[in-house]
Amino acid sequence: MESVTVAVLSAAVTVGTPILYATLGELFAERAGVLNLGVEGMMLVGAVSGFMATVHTGNHWLGILVAMAAGCLVALIHAFLTVSLGVNQVVSGLALTIFGTGLSGYLGKDMVGIPSPSPFSSLNLGFLSHIPYIGQILFQHDAMVYLTYLLVPLCWYFLNHTASGLDLRAAGENPGATDAAGLDVGRIRYAAVIFGGAMAGVGGAYLSLVYAPAWLENMTAGRGWIAVALVIFAIWDPFRAMLGAYLFGGIEALGFRLQAIGITMSPFVLSMLPYLFTIIALILITYGSRKNHVGAPAALGLAYEREER
Amino acid sequence: MINNWFDKRFSLTLEKQMSVPPWVSLLVPLASIALALLVGAAFLGLTGNNPWQIYGVMFQGAFGTAYGLSETVVNAIPLLLTGLGVALAFRMLLWNIGAEGQFFMGAFGAGWVALSFPHAPAYLVLPGMLLAGFAGGALWGLLPAIPRALLGVNETLTTLMLNYVAILWVDYLIYGPWRDPHGFNFPLTAQFSQAATLPSLFGTRMHAGLFIALAAAVAVYIIMKHTTWGYEIRVIGESHQAARYAGINVAKNILLVMLISGGLSGLAGFCQVSAITHRLQESISPGYGYTAIIVAWLGKLNPWAIIVVSLLFGGFLVGVYMMESAGLPAATVSILEGAILFFVLAGEMLTRYRIRLERRNA
Repeated sequence: MESVTVAVLSAAVTVGTPILYATLGELFAERAGVLNLGVEGMMLVGAVSGFMATVHTGNHWLGILVAMAAGCLVALIHAFLTVSLGVNQVVSGLALTIFGTGLSGYLGKDMVGIPSPSPFSSLNLGFLSHIPYIGQILFQHDAMVYLTYLLVPLCWYFLNHTASGLDLRAAGENPGATDAAGLDVGRIRYAAVIFGGAMAGVGGAYLSLVYAPAWLENMTAGRGWIAVALVIFAIWDPFRAMLGAYLFGGIEALGFRLQAIGITMSPFVLSMLPYLFTIIALILITYGSRKNHVGAPAALGLAYEREER
Repeated sequence: MINNWFDKRFSLTLEKQMSVPPWVSLLVPLASIALALLVGAAFLGLTGNNPWQIYGVMFQGAFGTAYGLSETVVNAIPLLLTGLGVALAFRMLLWNIGAEGQFFMGAFGAGWVALSFPHAPAYLVLPGMLLAGFAGGALWGLLPAIPRALLGVNETLTTLMLNYVAILWVDYLIYGPWRDPHGFNFPLTAQFSQAATLPSLFGTRMHAGLFIALAAAVAVYIIMKHTTWGYEIRVIGESHQAARYAGINVAKNILLVMLISGGLSGLAGFCQVSAITHRLQESISPGYGYTAIIVAWLGKLNPWAIIVVSLLFGGFLVGVYMMESAGLPAATVSILEGAILFFVLAGEMLTRYRIRLERRNA
């Protein structure tokens, strides 16, 4: 039982990591006032392009970089439409998901069934990896997992303790006042959306280069949507996003291991759990946020249009 | 950086236009499709295909023969029903993107009736399937509507999550308790009785579901344009706040609209399993519920326009089957669909404004 618990918690980190990357990116975009429902599409584009780059070069770090770049490029479409043209953010994001799903399927058609030539291996962190329980759960993973241990506090620090972070939040809370203070709301929002694309790309690449490691059409299976949901669950806070991603990862990991502790359930019903869990979490957190008067950035989803001078 | 480069050389200003002439609002969707196809052609060309030949095959396949046309209509029926469902919800700013799941639950409801009453006559079993199909979809629309109406829980995410749940539910049934014992272990239910089959038209795969879908379009039009309820929906669609001040019960309308929106997609699921697949199986939808979002938006949420657009996209799907047999992945269609939606969104904005691009004097 003990070993199963540790295994589930350790798997929770691995399963949660791709979602965590995507969630952090979406969190930045939303904090700047732009809702991007294209995360699923951006993740898929990242997954396939990162995988292709790794297959062609044999270097998985290059794969991660290419995935980031590809994520940025498709996010740029959303940024142009919603920030420059001010179109409906919901519909533009949906279009991005449809587009990205198609693009990844098209590009990846010759990649199906090839194993990654250069999978990430787990990286031993010396004494950290040998701490009982904690070492096994947190420090026996690959470099991309460790990167999130740095990234999450960095994101938190940037948002809450730097001038640029304040500007970004201001663009999402009160773009009019931000503009009046002499800041370029459009530029801030572009940057945030593009960062979101890069992170979604990495999240996707984690699936195709570390987790699987192979390319499968639609391999994200809704994880991009779960990332969008986790931003709400996290109340737009990076540390809570980390918690949420691992919680979610734990649910999925638990599903796979229920059999190990003697519970048999239809695999189809097991696969429903993450989605049902997300719905329940959304309901609970929305209820809680209403009571505590915390919530979304005030200008989330609204285009900012400068008044005539 | 790009911004900087651009700003130094050009000034781009948008001037608001007060009214958009009607020919423009027709031109935008057409131009969007044309531009998306052009971008798609460039993309196909760059990846080593002959785009014009592919488009030719698609068009010829969908609209060039009597058989192709009938198949276009076959695909347009579920697109019309799901598109109407999506449009009704979108009209109220309810982002119901769960049409795919609602479609599957409609198929489940209809399948349940058909499999439970294999010996019932058509005049009993077909209406029963229709009602159960509607109810299945309506339930799946209502589930996310309740937390939305009571607590304001984001319906975009919950409706989308429920798509996966519905598809897994049907998978569970066809791989498990409902699997046909005489089906050689394929994931299928037993075939429905002859009585549970919607009549076909002209000996093609076109079926009486066409009339159900057209009737639904008329009903949605009448509701939206000629009833107080439709008026309320439109007011809520402008602003939830304003609607509350006007004394409209927003929560009640959210529940009702999502129920009907889901029900319409459920009807599509019923039509599909009754007339086309005659059983529950894995491939009952090539993503109708997602294409419905594009159909609804391209049709500007107007029922008449949605009829036309669903025919167009029905043809699109037939064209895709043709492409697949020519060796192109089915995913190509999603690229084109996404691109069309991008261009429509941009086009709508640009017609609302007049763009003035001027070169700056350096």
